[in-house]
Amino acid sequence: MREAISQAIWEEMERDERVFIMGEEVGVWGGTYAVTKGFYDHFGSKRVRDTPIAEAAIVGGGIGAAMVGMRPIAELMTINFAFVAMDHIVNQAAKMRYMFGGQMSVPLVIRAVGGGGRQLGATHSQTPDVIFAHFPGLKVVAPGTPYDAKGLLKSAIRSDDPVMFIEHSTLYQTRGEVPEDEYTVPIGKSKIQRPGKDVTIVTYSKMLDISTKAADQLAKEGIEAEIVDLRSLRPLDMDPVLESFRKTNRAVIVEEGWRSYGVGSEISSRIYEEAFDYVDAPIKRVAQTEVPLPYNQALEQSALPQVEDVVKAVKEVL
Amino acid sequence: MPGVVVYDKRMLVPHSGRRMVISALRWASIGAGVRVDLLLNRIMQLFIATEGNSEMKKNDHLDLYHQMVLIRRVEERAAELYQQGKIGGFLHLYIGQEAVSTGLVAARQPQDRMITAYRDHGVAINVGIPAEQVMAELLGKATGISKGKGGSMHMADVEKNFWGGHAIVGAHLPIAAGMALGDQYAGNDGVTICMFGDGATNIGFFHEGVNLSKVWDLPVLWVCENNQYGMGTTIDRASAVSEIRQKAEGYGIPNERVDGMNVMEVREATLKALEFIRSGKGPYFMEIMTYRYRGHSMGDPERYRDSGEVKKWQESDPIGIYRAYLTKEKIAKEKELDAIDESVEGEIQTAVQFAESSPEPAPEELFTNVYAE
Repeated sequence: MREAISQAIWEEMERDERVFIMGEEVGVWGGTYAVTKGFYDHFGSKRVRDTPIAEAAIVGGGIGAAMVGMRPIAELMTINFAFVAMDHIVNQAAKMRYMFGGQMSVPLVIRAVGGGGRQLGATHSQTPDVIFAHFPGLKVVAPGTPYDAKGLLKSAIRSDDPVMFIEHSTLYQTRGEVPEDEYTVPIGKSKIQRPGKDVTIVTYSKMLDISTKAADQLAKEGIEAEIVDLRSLRPLDMDPVLESFRKTNRAVIVEEGWRSYGVGSEISSRIYEEAFDYVDAPIKRVAQTEVPLPYNQALEQSALPQVEDVVKAVKEVL
Repeated sequence: MPGVVVYDKRMLVPHSGRRMVISALRWASIGAGVRVDLLLNRIMQLFIATEGNSEMKKNDHLDLYHQMVLIRRVEERAAELYQQGKIGGFLHLYIGQEAVSTGLVAARQPQDRMITAYRDHGVAINVGIPAEQVMAELLGKATGISKGKGGSMHMADVEKNFWGGHAIVGAHLPIAAGMALGDQYAGNDGVTICMFGDGATNIGFFHEGVNLSKVWDLPVLWVCENNQYGMGTTIDRASAVSEIRQKAEGYGIPNERVDGMNVMEVREATLKALEFIRSGKGPYFMEIMTYRYRGHSMGDPERYRDSGEVKKWQESDPIGIYRAYLTKEKIAKEKELDAIDESVEGEIQTAVQFAESSPEPAPEELFTNVYAE
């Protein structure tokens, strides 16, 4: 997936001179997750901009440049650092168009890496995606496959709205097919990643991988799970979710973030509101245990949703 | 010296008709991408080189005087409308500080961007937003400059290169740095003029934005309007240094203190600062000493200062100082200035009538402008 993301940025920078990337260590270093390796030598210091360790300046600067017609990509080294730029993300980028009656656009992409499972301790391991999805005015995208990552990032860069593009640090190594030809994936469209008839699993990002593995196990027992990948948290596309649910009448929602006020809460509420007559069993949520993530590997893994948690939840709703 | 730009009451009217055409082309070109803009920029620079001086004609002076009086009367009228319950939310008045925004805007070129904090009605008038649209925005009407969605603190007119009205203290400083980055990146010769209060210099955003501007030598003019109070807290109780320009010194940015009660001094200092920045030397910092006569907002009990202090400052009133200058230098006669005062009364009346008779935003406006697509 790393390569897919890297390709998307590279191709968009080649396509449109207004696109540039700024962030901590994106240039000389080549990106702390090596996403922008080789960019500095090819595009130069004007378009691949190393910034101070100052997230409000990175996001705020990106907003300003976007307002005057550029198409910046502001990279936050991890999504955990988005909190120090929170005002610029939720109070400035998200509201600029509305507050001035449509006079301003903020065509900014904020790329941020999130997720747990790398023993980085409590402050560096979070999956706070829903916090950003709470705010109207922002678009929030979190791909689970290399194909979607490339196509969605291209759409994000071309969007006239601010997009929070959330990558998962343990997905960079995942492999998947990416066409050589130009393509984009629309923002705000959920997708059935795996067809099935017995239960609907709604998920996104890293948990797509966990859910797919769970579906493989369930298949061996004759249970066919249908997996809906949200891909975008805002705008949220419920159509494939509801369509699937009306067929299976059972759902499990799998997310990496904490359970309370989470994606699972939102999706299950909407299913109850919009497809109550189709409900055959209480909807289950699989999510992170509600503690700050510990450093110890075994403890950390025990707090994160695992394949067996998904399998167990599916069996409970059947 | 960069050329002087004169504004009439309604819109930007640069001395050169040629430049206005180019400016329109420049705006049209923003959507078309950077390359066109770069080309236009070159052409524009040629025109600028052949014109422009800092001399003001009589009409230019009368125009500035008119702007200052108009700001004051808009604010006084707004206070009344607020007390009548016709204006909601917060209302921060610019009375006492008129010379600051007037001097700044008088010195800028059309390509120079204005951005300020929530005390934004002054800049709105200076850049040429009609008083009608300012009043209508205050009353939350559909005809307001931000369609009634922004209110007092969120006025902007992008076509006049005024980028708002920002209500989170200090948050617009990194954004201003970013706007300047956009111009630097595109090869434009515009300067972003970013205004903020002394209180904003204590928040982290100030330091991140100002530091970045120097690291990248961005074309920003930082303008601290030092009115000596962050809400009700005096500067010495909130800032480690009371001379704000020392903070710019700490970032290696050339800086100066300017008398903000004298519009000519503000204008002169701004002309020099803009010339410095436009020559590619990076950001510049002005600490403009000023004073607000009214409370921080309309809900301010003003327990933190006595009326004597306000009276003392009113003795060096920016409109009074300018008026005295114009008559002493024989630029204008008393009766000419009186006529302007009188005409402003009429303008205010028209503006209030316009605002009051304007329609409320349509219910469906609630849902527009959240996203571009």
